[in-house]
This record gives sequence, structure tokens and C-alpha cells, in this order.
Amino acid sequence: MNREQRLEKLTQAADERVIILDGAMGTELQTFKLTEEDFRGEQFKDVNSFLKGNNDLLNLTKPDVVKEVHRRYFKAGADIAETNTFSATTIAQADYALESLAAEIAREGAKLAREVADEFETEDSPKAVWAAIGPTNKTLSLSPNVNDPGYREVTFEHVAEAYKEQIAAMAEFSDVFLIETIFDTLNAKAAIKAVKDWEFESGESRPIVLSGTITDQSGRTLSGQTTEAFWYSVRHAKPWAVGLNCALGADLMRQYVVALSRVADTRVLAYPNAGLPNEFGEYDVTPEEQAKHLKGWAEDGIVNVLGGCCGTTPSHIDAIAKSVKSSKPRIVPEVNEAMRLSGLEPFVLG
Amino acid sequence: MTETTATFVNVGERTNVTGSARFKKLILNDDYAAAVEVARQQVENGAQIIDINMDEGMLDGEKAMVTFLNLIAAEPDIARVPIMIDSSKWHVIEAGLQCVQGKAIVNSISLKEGEEQFIEQARKVMSYGAAAVVMAFDEVGQADTADRKVEICTRAYKVLTEKVGFDPNDIIFDPNIFAVATGIEEHNNYAVDFIEATKRIREQCPGCHVSGGLSNVSFSFRGNEPVRRAMHSVFLYHAIPAGMDMGIVNAGQLDIYDQIDAELREAVEDVILNRRDDATERLLELAEKFRGQKGQVQVKDMSWREQPVNKRIEHALVQGITEFIVEDTEEARQGFERPLHVIEGPLMDGMNVVGDLFGAGKMFLPQVVKSARVMKAAVAHLLPFMEKEKEELGTVDESNGKVLMATVKGDVHDIGKNIVGVVLACNGYEIIDLGVMVPAETILEEAIKQKVDVIGLSGLITPSLDEMVFVAAEMQRREIDLPLMIGGATTSPAHTAVKIEPVFNLAPIIHVLDASRAVPVVGQLLSDEERPAFWENTKANFERIRERRSGGVAKPRYPIEEAREKRTQIDWSDYTPPKPLQPGLTTIDDVDLAELARYIDWTPFFMSWDLKGTYPAILEDEKRGEAARTLWADAQAMLQQLIGEQWLTCKGVVGLWPANADGDDIIVWNSEERDEEAARFFSIRQQMIKDNDRGQTALSDFIAPTDEGKDWVGGFVVTAGHGELEKAKEFADAGDDYSSIMVKALADRFAEAFAEMLHERVRKSIWGYVPDEAFDNEALIKEEFDGIRPAPGYPSQPDHTEKETLFDLLEARERTGVDLTTSCAMTPPASVSGLYFSHPDSAYFAVGRIEKDQVGSYAERKGWDLRKAERWLGPILNYDPNAL
Repeated sequence: MNREQRLEKLTQAADERVIILDGAMGTELQTFKLTEEDFRGEQFKDVNSFLKGNNDLLNLTKPDVVKEVHRRYFKAGADIAETNTFSATTIAQADYALESLAAEIAREGAKLAREVADEFETEDSPKAVWAAIGPTNKTLSLSPNVNDPGYREVTFEHVAEAYKEQIAAMAEFSDVFLIETIFDTLNAKAAIKAVKDWEFESGESRPIVLSGTITDQSGRTLSGQTTEAFWYSVRHAKPWAVGLNCALGADLMRQYVVALSRVADTRVLAYPNAGLPNEFGEYDVTPEEQAKHLKGWAEDGIVNVLGGCCGTTPSHIDAIAKSVKSSKPRIVPEVNEAMRLSGLEPFVLG
Repeated sequence: MTETTATFVNVGERTNVTGSARFKKLILNDDYAAAVEVARQQVENGAQIIDINMDEGMLDGEKAMVTFLNLIAAEPDIARVPIMIDSSKWHVIEAGLQCVQGKAIVNSISLKEGEEQFIEQARKVMSYGAAAVVMAFDEVGQADTADRKVEICTRAYKVLTEKVGFDPNDIIFDPNIFAVATGIEEHNNYAVDFIEATKRIREQCPGCHVSGGLSNVSFSFRGNEPVRRAMHSVFLYHAIPAGMDMGIVNAGQLDIYDQIDAELREAVEDVILNRRDDATERLLELAEKFRGQKGQVQVKDMSWREQPVNKRIEHALVQGITEFIVEDTEEARQGFERPLHVIEGPLMDGMNVVGDLFGAGKMFLPQVVKSARVMKAAVAHLLPFMEKEKEELGTVDESNGKVLMATVKGDVHDIGKNIVGVVLACNGYEIIDLGVMVPAETILEEAIKQKVDVIGLSGLITPSLDEMVFVAAEMQRREIDLPLMIGGATTSPAHTAVKIEPVFNLAPIIHVLDASRAVPVVGQLLSDEERPAFWENTKANFERIRERRSGGVAKPRYPIEEAREKRTQIDWSDYTPPKPLQPGLTTIDDVDLAELARYIDWTPFFMSWDLKGTYPAILEDEKRGEAARTLWADAQAMLQQLIGEQWLTCKGVVGLWPANADGDDIIVWNSEERDEEAARFFSIRQQMIKDNDRGQTALSDFIAPTDEGKDWVGGFVVTAGHGELEKAKEFADAGDDYSSIMVKALADRFAEAFAEMLHERVRKSIWGYVPDEAFDNEALIKEEFDGIRPAPGYPSQPDHTEKETLFDLLEARERTGVDLTTSCAMTPPASVSGLYFSHPDSAYFAVGRIEKDQVGSYAERKGWDLRKAERWLGPILNYDPNAL
């Protein structure tokens, strides 16, 4: 099926049930115990920098491994694969001195996901590819220098430019652009602008999905916004869905998903971590525990899409998919007419 | 829904350069810290959205907008509210949109330049996710009538919602509030036009909002705040029900509708609603009655001139107004039998009020010094009459008591001493001020001759501490049983207790922390009833301090040999010391005061007036802000005059010499051959045991040892003090101590600024090791650059005598006219000296207390005996040199 048909079917499915996003890429890649040599492959044997940990690079050096991870998630019951492109921007790849490869990494990442999705897709069961767009490792709203709060390491235009390159590279194989792990809303706004600019220039269009990150129990993003303020800041993207991911486990994230669910006049997605990391940096929440938690969310009608972030394995996704199989999705509310503004906090003028 | 929904939103406009003269000034002066405070206050005072506008011809609006938005983004108290980005220039708006993470409002876009541009800008506003104010302005012009307003707004609405896809909820129309009651008949209906248009726009454009700048409507009554406030309230009273739900309103410029005077309210309503042809005339007539009532405008309130003369004198003293004091004093004199009664009566009564307010923390030092200026002017007027009376009657006048004040031998700093003198004089004490560098003999002879009641000693540099001990010991020897007050920057209760009090027991010794403490202290010293208890108390206090110090075992230190092994390590192997572009001596005599003024760090200026706090935040300080602002204004006024009339001459010299470290010494070589020593700077090493790993530092650690490279060291002396003392004396002689102290305080700032500027010039061009450095003044004050300029006598090298070596090498006396006193204080006082170190790891540090082993080594290297070294290093000894 083509992209339009797939999106239509996915949207239909979302009207009927809670749909399932996949789990963590990084956690699963670790099971392959890849070495520095694996990350380098033949292509980057002689590169000066240390490349282990640059997961996105595996799209070029270990494509089979990346595909295998996607495969495991589709087998576990995911409707959607997130591409392995979280850091495939010139800004994030600069850490490995691989800026010049960012676009290629992004494109290959999208292509691999599509290839695996095609293995599983049937007429009744669309398998979508959401192109993951990470926050980069630079922030537009905060100064890295405490003594110079007005300083910024990057400009809006620079970030938007990097995103646009990533977006254009992934577009061919992507159904949705997923701007995720948003810790600084201004970075997300640059990504939204990049999508809009790309659409304007290419004449194409893709739905956007946005996912913010509430960093701790202060209930705020790293850049200081509340959940509602975050939503009002990005609502102009008219996203297919908006949600939260990462940083928190299901127990701590729930209240913020509830808050978002009340104000968001679009679908809500949530893909929490499998708990918080223990002292060894591992995630302890079992598939059964996580599934039990998220089933509660589905039954309370606060989500439309569920998945998992750090620590989530195919077994988790399998358990989650099974547990919410018969749950009804959240009903998207209509919100009353008002101007919705925000600073760090929301402001509504009715 | 959990969200709270507003029905009328007040947009704060104090962060708007076109609306606030103060904000404009702050931005033009690059004073962003104070500008951020304006935003904070605005939010604290209830603004729900803040409008930010940087449209000013003298300004790079885009840069100012970005800078300001980035700064307030870091302030959660401010950033919590939405921002309105206000500019007539699209590029400024777009730059602003790229800095705000929240959903902002753009103010504004319009059809002024045609539909095409309007659509393009609206699209961009949408792509950044902002709402927009749309002005009722089209290709023809600004809408004035209700029909035109509605026509333009509905057209814009259609374009936005149908062609652009703009969310109608994000459209805010501004249908233009214009001034009414201007005397031009066509203007009379403007308010009605707005209100009516608002109603129709809200009906025809579902979802939209209506906003307006309220203060325009009352423009023809500017200067008459009561009428303006009434007009604003009446206007809103009618416009809000019509659908105006946003406004740029200064909350302080509003009255409660019901509380407006009924007559005024009706007249205002007639004007706003255009109900009668003669409405304007009637309001104009009535307005006069309300002018000046509770007005918030800064008109000079002269009503105090109508009070009785004693109240006028009190007012003048409290407010520091000299303008009428001579005529008021004369009027008072004619009402009294003797001129002295004017002093004892209304003048002292007024000064008592000042004293009470000062004591209660409601007045601050600069204000008190201004009061003293008024007092002096009054007394100066009375003096001839008193002299005449004395001749005729042979009477003797009395004062509350006589206080002798002096800055001790070897020291030239007297700002603090002068302030204490003025404050005491304000409280009726007679001050015998012997000035600066006063030898002990002179102090004691004058004290006896003038029959003073108290002696006050002041000093700023550390050697002055010894001199004070000497004066006290001399008093003991000569059996002079006068109370002794000790004050000045380096003095402390501990030093007074441990060093001074033990040598003098004939009368109380008191350490006076600041000027505000001086009055009660002298009062108690001179009161027969209070003095015994007061003395007992201070004695007990000093005893406690001594006990505490002797009880605590001195903290362990590293032996000097071990400290040297643990010295701060710099890896020289990978480092080439930068060779100066201009080695040798460079005289600096081209310094422009106006240029220097930009480098001034103002915080210490306020400190010198006992106003503690950081500039510019202190200007907004709840308690001290008013005093600080007045002082600031006076300082700026004098600064202008000082620069314009070139009161001060600045001179400086820089020297850069080949140098190498030799243990704790720095060898200055005669030439680049590095085979003959020109001089040595001696440094002192930290011996305290620290919990960081920076090592035990001495200044010599920052210079490469002989075998590690061809390093360089620098030195400088600068002064801004030529002309300072003359000008200060001129003011003092005219009875204007306030200005006299101000000149000195400013000269000190100029000297520091000169040092700062010169350091920058050295880094960039004379030494030239960072040619491309570009810092603003704030960064300079925070010392975010490579290299240091430590001064002898300060924590990194506490030995003042190192200045001798520095001055000789620099030929400083000849080249700058700055000299050293016996205590190695620089004169003129507004001078700064120091060494230059260029290594990026060089940093300021405090040597802290040191042990006898190092003092011995230091004495040997300097060719001193141990006694001499212990005297000069007295303040940093970790042992009692007099102990057996």
C-alpha cells in the first residue's frame, strides 16, 4: 500500500483501538554486544574518533542488526517502527566528527525501517515508519554557561537547517515525522519550522507527531515549561498526536499524561521508560509490570498510542500490545474557543 | 478543563523603549541587568503578558531584542508569562520569534503594505506558532471611523482565516485608540468609534480578540494624572463589555470606576461617549481642579514652601534641598533673639529628624551627607551674625563635643573618615579634621591644644594598622586619657582587640564599623552616665575576642619547604610564553575620561557610601533603591561635569620585562640576553592546608623558571588623581562635603577603570597576547579573560613594599607623578598599581596566614631582619611575633 493508504488505515485503527509504537532501540542493540570494531565496520576503520555508542551509525555499518531490532518489535506486535535516527543531524553527529554523514545516516535509517515494515505489512495490518527526530545535544533556550545566561551555543536557524537536512533525507521512507524527547521546546519549534519549510519547498507533506520530556517530578521540561505550556507552544504544528516519553517510568509519568490528555485536542501518545535506571544503569520494570500499568492508562481513556522508551524490550512491547488489545482508545476532546498562549506556564484568554 | 481562563488581559509595557524613558535609557546604556529587573517587577506587579519593544533609532533593535529575550529566558520569574514581541520592523520580530520557546504574540502585522506582504508575514507568524496583533491599517491608511475599522479588520480576518489558515483565536485586532478632547471636532467621536467598532468586529470575526493602547485616549491631558486615570477607567468601563479583552494598560494609571469623583466621572463620560458638544470645554475647565491631586507624575511639589519656617527648614534638611535654605535661615534668625537659637532650634530639630530617620534605616548615607550640606549652608549664613554677637557680648559657644579625626601617617585615604566627620557634624559635634598622613605627634598635640573629647583614627591600607597601634601606645606613654575610635577598611574588631587595646587602657577604645555607628558611639562616650557601662561592655567584648583567638589553636600549615614542593604546577613544556609587542616602558597619557567612564565598575562606588549591594540591582532595591538612585543621579551629573571640564588628569606607565622564576622570586632581567638581573620581585607562598588540588600558590608559580622558557612579567602604575585633591578641597572649602566626597569617590572609580582599561590594552596590543579579545564591561568586571594584575599589598602579595621595586623599575614617579608614602600608600590616592601575569592559568588567590619559617626566608631574600619582615607582614602572620 502507498503512504496515503497506510496513513488512512493507521488513523482508522487509532479510532478503534490503542495502537502500538515500538520500544527502545538502544537497549535492544546492547543485546548484540557490539564492539568498537562493529560500530566502525569497514567504512570507518580509520576514523580518528571513538565511534562506539553512535547507534545511528549502525544504519551504515551494521544494517542487519538494526533491521533485526525492528523485526523483533514488529513480531512483538508493534504497529509502528521508530527509525534509528535519533541523532542523525549534523549537530549531534559533530560529536563524532561525522557531520558530513548525518544525511546519509538519516536516509538509511528510514530505509531500513521501511524494508522491515514491508516484511510485516498486510492489507489489514498497516506497518508505519515514524522518522525519529531527536532534540540534538544543543539547547536553544538555555545557556551552557551559568555566568552568561544570555549566551546561546546555537541559533534557531542553525538548528532548523540541521533538522531540515535530516527531514529531507528521511522523507522518502517515512510516514510521519516524530519530533521526540523534547527537553527544550524551542528546539522542537525549530524542527516544526523545518518540517513546514520542507513541505513548502518540496510540495509534499507529512503528519507530525510530537513528544515532550518531563525531566523530573517538578513536572517541567528541562527548559522549564509545564506540560500544558509545552502543548500550547507546539500546538501550531497541528500534530497527528502529541505525547510524552523518556526520563520517567510509567508510575511517575502518569499524572503528566493525564494533564496533557485533558488539554490536547489531538491524539495522545505515551512511551515511558521501563522504570528508572538502577545503580547499574539497568531498567528493572518487567514486561508484566509495565503492561499492567499501561493497561490502566488505556482503560482510563487517557492515551491513543502506547510504546516504550529506554529499557523497553520486545518482551515489554509484546506484553503491552496484548494487554491493551481490547481497550478503547481515548476520545479526542473538543476544546473551547480561546487564545492559548504560554511562557513557562500556560495562559488562556477566552 | 483545568485551565483558568482570563477575560481581560493586561499587557505590561514598561519593557518598551518607546513607552518607557527609563527602559530606553537602560537599554541604550547596555545595562541589561537593570532592564531585566524592570521586566521582573512588571511580572511581579501582575502583568500577564509583557510587551517588549526595542524600536529606537540609536539601537540595533534586532540585537537588543535577541539579547533581552535570551536573558529573560533564563529568569523563571519572568519567563513564566507569554511575551509580546513588539516592533515595526519585521526582521526584529522574526529574530525575536526565534528566541522564545513559549507561544508568543507578534505586535504587529497589518495590510499597510498590501495583502501579499501581510499574507507572507502571517504565514511566518504561524510557522513559529505565535498569535498576532493586527492593526486596523491598510493601503489607504490608519482607520479612524468605526466603519473603516470594521472594514479593515473584517478584510484582514477573511484573508487570515481563508487564505493563510490562521487560527481565528490567535488574531488580536487593534482598531486604534486615538486621543479625544483635543479641541479638534473630528476627534470627539474617536472613543465611541473604537467601542462601536470593537463590538462589530467581535461579532463579525468569531474567535478573535480586541486590544488597544489605553493611554492614547487621554493624551491631551498629559500632566494631569487624576483626569487621565479617570478617562482610562471610564473608557475601559465601556470598551470591555463591547468586547475589548486585551489592553496595554499601566495598572497604576487606573482608578476604580465607582470611586471616581462623581462630577469628574460625568464630565469624563461626556467626553468618552461624546455626549455633548461642549464636553471637552467642560472637562478642561473641571480638570484644573484635579490637577496635582495624587498625581504620579514627577512634578516638583512646592507645597512645602507654604509651611511655617521651622517646617520648611526641616523639609529642606530631610530632602537635602539647598535652594531656599539661606532665605529660610534668615527668616528664622529674625524671629529669634540670638542667631545661635536658630541652630539650637529649627536646624537641630531638623537634623534630629534626619538622625532618627537614618537610625531607623529610612534614610541612607548619601542623603544624610546632603542634609549636612544644607546644614552647613545655614550655619555659614549665621556665622557672621554670631561673630558679631561674640564681639559685642563676649560669649562662648558650646557644642555637643569635639571630635578629632585623622587618617594616620603613611595613609592617604579619607573618604570613610570624611563621611564619619560629616555624620557627626550633622549631629551637633564639632569636628577637627586634621586630614591625611597625620603623624602621631601632630594628632596628640592638636588633641591637647584643641581640647577635643574623642580621637578618631582612620586608615585603609594594612601598614596603617601598625601606625594606629603606635598612636595608641603614644597616648598611653603621654597619659592622654581620651577615647579612641578606630575605623577604616582594613581595621577590624579583632585587630583592635588583639593589637590596640592591650597597649592603651586610659580610656575606651572602640572599633567603629561604619558611619551609622559613629553617632551612638560618640554619644555614649561623651555621656557621663553611659560611659562607664559602655566602656565595661567594650572591654568585655574585646576580652572575648582575644580569648576566642588564643583559645583556637592556630590552624596547621605546611612547612615552607613542603609548601614549595606542593607549588601550583604549570606545564611549561608545551607552552611558549608570549613575547610582548612593546617590551620595556610605555607611558600612557592619552586617556580620555569619557572613554574611561565606560569601564567603571559602579558597585564599589555605592559601597564607599555605605550602600551595600550590587549595581545596578541596588537602584531597584526596596530599601536602599531611592537613596541609591539619587546618589546615582548626582554622581552622573558630576561625572558629566568632571568629564566636560576635565577635572582629572590621568597618567599611567606600563613596563614589560624579560623574567624568570627562581623559587619564590621573580627575576626581572636587564635584557633579553637574560644574563643580568635588573631587580627581583619577591612573592609569598600559601602555607594553609587546603582541600583543593590547586597546590600552594605563590605569584612566582605563574612565571616560567629559567630553564623552562623565555617568560615575561609586567607592571603598571596608573593614576586618575591629578586634580582630585584640589577639586575636593574646593568643594570642602565651600562647605559642600557631599561634592567633595563625591569627587574622591569618582576619582577612585576612574583609577580602577583606568587599570581595567589599561589591562585590556596590554592584553590586546602592548603585550598583545590576546589580540582578538572582545569583552563587554560586565565580562571585564567578572574577569573572564586570561592573565591577572595583582597589586602589592593585596591578598596575592600582601607586602606593600614590593611597590618600591615596581615604582623604581617603572620610573613611575617621573612618568606618572605618583609617589609612595612611608607606608607605601600611593599618592594621589586615586592610583592603582600592580604586576601583570599573562599565563592563562594565572589566577588571583589569597596568600593567607604564613609561618615563621617563610617569614625568615622572605626577610633573608629581601635583605631585611626578621623584625622588619614581621612588621610589614604583621597582618598575615600565623603566630604572635611577641610571644616567647
